[in-house]
Amino acid sequence: MERKIRILIAKPGLDGHDRGAKVMAAACRDAGMEVIYTGLRQTPEMIVNAAIQEDVDIVALSILSGAHMTLFPAVLKLMKEKGLNDVLLTGGGIIPEEDMKALEALGVGKLFGPGTNTQEAIEYMKNWVSKHRTYKVV
Amino acid sequence: MSEMKVNPIDSSAVPQSIRDEDQNHLHEIEKYQKAKQKWEDDLKKSKDRGGYYYSVSSSPIDILGLPETPPKHFLEKIGFPGQYPYTRGIHPNMYRGKLWTMRQFSGFGTPEETNERYHYLLQNGQTGLSVAFDLPTLMGRDSDDPWSTGEVGKCGVAVSSLRDMEVLMHGIDQGNVTTSMTINSPSFILWAFYIAAGEKKGTHRSQMGGTLQNDILKEFIAQKEFIFPVRPSIKLVVDTIEFATKEMPKWNSISISGYHIREAGSTAAQELAFTLADGFAYIEAALDRGLDIDDFAPRLSHFFNSHIDFFEEIAKFRAARRIYARIMREEYHAKKERSWMLRFHTQTAGCSLTAQQPENNIVRTAFEALAAVLGGTQSLHTNSMDETLALPSEKAVTIALRTQQIIAHEIGVAHTIDPLGGSWYVEQLTDKIEAEAYEYFRKIKELGGNRGFLPGVIAGIESGFFQREIAQAAYLHQQELDRKDRIIVGVNDYVDPDEKIDIPILKITEEAELRQKEILKKLRSERDNRKVEQCLAQLKESCENNTNVMYPVLECAHAMVTLGEMMNVMKSVYGEYIEDSVF
Amino acid sequence: MSFTSNVPFDVLQFAKTLTKLEYGDPTVLDMINQNYQNLGRAYRIGVTGPPGAGKSSLVTMMAKHYREEGVRVGIIAVDPSSPFSGGALLGDRIRMQQLGADENIFIRSMASRGAMGGLAEYADAAADLFDLYGFDVILLETVGVGQSELEIAQCADTTVVVIVPQSGDVIQGMKAGLMEIGDLFVMNKSDDPFSEKATQQLKSAIHLKEWGEWTPPIINTVATENRGIDRLIHQLNAHHSFLIQTGALEQRRQQRLVRRIKQMVTEKVERELWNKTREIKLLQAIQERRQPQHILEEIYQDFRGSFYVGNESESN
Repeated sequence: MERKIRILIAKPGLDGHDRGAKVMAAACRDAGMEVIYTGLRQTPEMIVNAAIQEDVDIVALSILSGAHMTLFPAVLKLMKEKGLNDVLLTGGGIIPEEDMKALEALGVGKLFGPGTNTQEAIEYMKNWVSKHRTYKVV
Repeated sequence: MSEMKVNPIDSSAVPQSIRDEDQNHLHEIEKYQKAKQKWEDDLKKSKDRGGYYYSVSSSPIDILGLPETPPKHFLEKIGFPGQYPYTRGIHPNMYRGKLWTMRQFSGFGTPEETNERYHYLLQNGQTGLSVAFDLPTLMGRDSDDPWSTGEVGKCGVAVSSLRDMEVLMHGIDQGNVTTSMTINSPSFILWAFYIAAGEKKGTHRSQMGGTLQNDILKEFIAQKEFIFPVRPSIKLVVDTIEFATKEMPKWNSISISGYHIREAGSTAAQELAFTLADGFAYIEAALDRGLDIDDFAPRLSHFFNSHIDFFEEIAKFRAARRIYARIMREEYHAKKERSWMLRFHTQTAGCSLTAQQPENNIVRTAFEALAAVLGGTQSLHTNSMDETLALPSEKAVTIALRTQQIIAHEIGVAHTIDPLGGSWYVEQLTDKIEAEAYEYFRKIKELGGNRGFLPGVIAGIESGFFQREIAQAAYLHQQELDRKDRIIVGVNDYVDPDEKIDIPILKITEEAELRQKEILKKLRSERDNRKVEQCLAQLKESCENNTNVMYPVLECAHAMVTLGEMMNVMKSVYGEYIEDSVF
Repeated sequence: MSFTSNVPFDVLQFAKTLTKLEYGDPTVLDMINQNYQNLGRAYRIGVTGPPGAGKSSLVTMMAKHYREEGVRVGIIAVDPSSPFSGGALLGDRIRMQQLGADENIFIRSMASRGAMGGLAEYADAAADLFDLYGFDVILLETVGVGQSELEIAQCADTTVVVIVPQSGDVIQGMKAGLMEIGDLFVMNKSDDPFSEKATQQLKSAIHLKEWGEWTPPIINTVATENRGIDRLIHQLNAHHSFLIQTGALEQRRQQRLVRRIKQMVTEKVERELWNKTREIKLLQAIQERRQPQHILEEIYQDFRGSFYVGNESESN
């Protein structure tokens, strides 16, 4: 079966800087993905609820406020609780490398910092989907 | 240039129109001489800061470069410093009178920690304070609000009540140091905290000087830290303009900001046009309130980004002054010269910095700061090299401040006014950016049914016009980088694959959050809660009756009502804004 | 697979079933087919109108209202796909997120890309699925531009057309076809100074048409401030009762089924007709410069013949 990748892009927390989230959303659309954009100021509950209903392959969070060590684990925990075990949690923002490693150890996917080439992030997501899904991506 | 009309071969038969032009030109030269004389007179009257104006070769440095014969439209387009339309700067002697204010934006953790940093900065030659608040405060939430979890003290200092502000300003003479506060949606509340804190120390509010960012329109357009819907938000800004006009003559009620518009990905022309349009919208709203333009306009200030494209930025600053002066004088009929002058703060572009090879950011910031100085800024914040990684460390902040000091004292550029004025290229670029801004003005006004800037800007926000323009520019820029059409050193070229980042990173622990929560708990139990209820009821009444909220907010501040408590009451009256995202 | 309403609602499974349906999974289609008799319980409301009319806000407020009445609400929000990449940016949830994480509201965003069998068919089938899974009200939101969106609106029992007062001529601004499909008209953003004039214009336009027993009412709302939603719900209830009492509901559903089955038959025939063999035959005939009329006859006869032989194979 052939399918399009569905991705949820969300901005959790109070931060409103949405340049990165929007650029990434546009890049994902242009890479043929279906992007569900939730807008600003989302709670982990709202994000996971949307991820379930939209049956997405990937949840991507954009966090520039420094609250990543609170927000990523909260979303991840809720995803597990609700049975989203085969959905990738990834994202980007101003996240120091050691925090990235700590989050990866928790089960969060690769995180992308400033200066990332959007195509690199898209490649990563496509690869993840091809490894974890049986359908062919179109 | 392109306006050359005379055919040199046929000089005998000069047509009437050319002879008229010659006549006009003679007239212009006369006017030029007069203006020059006025500038020279003004210069003599101006106070000099007593700097050493000699080059490194000990040769005296000229204060201003002038053409041998003035080109066409010299006075209308370029003119003299301190003279309309202020293209070359707002003062006749510019930095020889007073250097720009070196104002480093800072704040983190608890008010206690930030207060310590302020004392450190003042001791190191910083000349003004600039408060960065944390996200919960920016969003009008107390440190113990569930939404604040994980964000307390992260991007700035947490201030939830007058008590926090008193700690923040402890040992600082609020009648002497000017303070700039980066706060927008709940600006009037933090301002009230600041005023109350000063008054408790015995400083009269009329003696306090500083700037409130207080620019809600750019929040809707770019930074997205909005709370109330657009119209009540503008009403609240006008409340503060009115209050400042009546009670705080030394305070800049608003800093009309392009910085965040640029950081969100706009072009230079968009930054310029949207910012000035926002400013004119506030002016129209204040005029609608019945204020006199010459009473409040002198206290309006602007805040621009200085990005990496050197000449474009300089041209942008010069164009900004010219456009502003024209519109203030010709469209709003301001009479005072000070109302025509665009004064601005500048911050170097955070978005131009790279997480890769972060030391290179020192160089980028230096060029950007130089552009701001060549563009005639009144105050400047230089970013620290580690800002793309985390909050700036003390060492990084010091280097950033030193960068400004090197520009001010070593490289000589501050001794000469507008040294790039008259450069064919820079003048051309200034004209070009100006024209682009006017084209945006036309579009913005049209969106509001050609009834001025205020309806145009509101319509532009609500229809997503600004947001779409910016998102598209940001995406285009990213595509240029992805394709390597545009090179950023260390990011998409000259990459160091084995790079190890060894910049010490300042980390904010969750301790700040715990401490703030405890303090708030104590505060809520110790204050007179009946008084709190009374003050909140008065605030609500003020919102419902559309009176100036500053007075009840000050009452609330003194009664130790918290930020979040006030905002909740106001949300119940005004509602909350939700943005439809556009791409 | 068969459907029983006694099993507790499994949101994960439902979401996955919707995806399967979107990609034309025969097991899901079959399930809907087998439960055909159980369909028709839910009230389907289509909401359409030009971009920027505030449809998402309106749908959100409607959902809020229905939730207060205690009914389960399903929302299908359709946004256009990019014609270049086939991807899509689906942003309708932004407003709807204020509905919170309520397990009795299920929102699904959908891209308008040519899902198997056409967009309207999928939306119709997705609504069936919501219906089977016990949702009481289904809101279908689409942008009212283009034919396929108008078709989606027709998947509904009641179609609400949302417009906003603009400085220009409201009726002129409406895309062709929108005027014809409205059972109810909503003039949103009625706090606009042009609102009154625009409402009058719309009223005149409505009265110029023949409507039969139901003349569409105009409801003035300011969805972002939750104003006028009560009146809208009241009119929706009125229209729903009207549909039931006059038998129009049944009639509409029959018409819908007629359209859908016709569409399915057409597609099936088309798929069988244009198998690879015939595609090649056609190309060859054209390259040989044979007369089009002769080619037509030959292919048509060949196709007809295949029925008698009964050996038409799906060779594509």
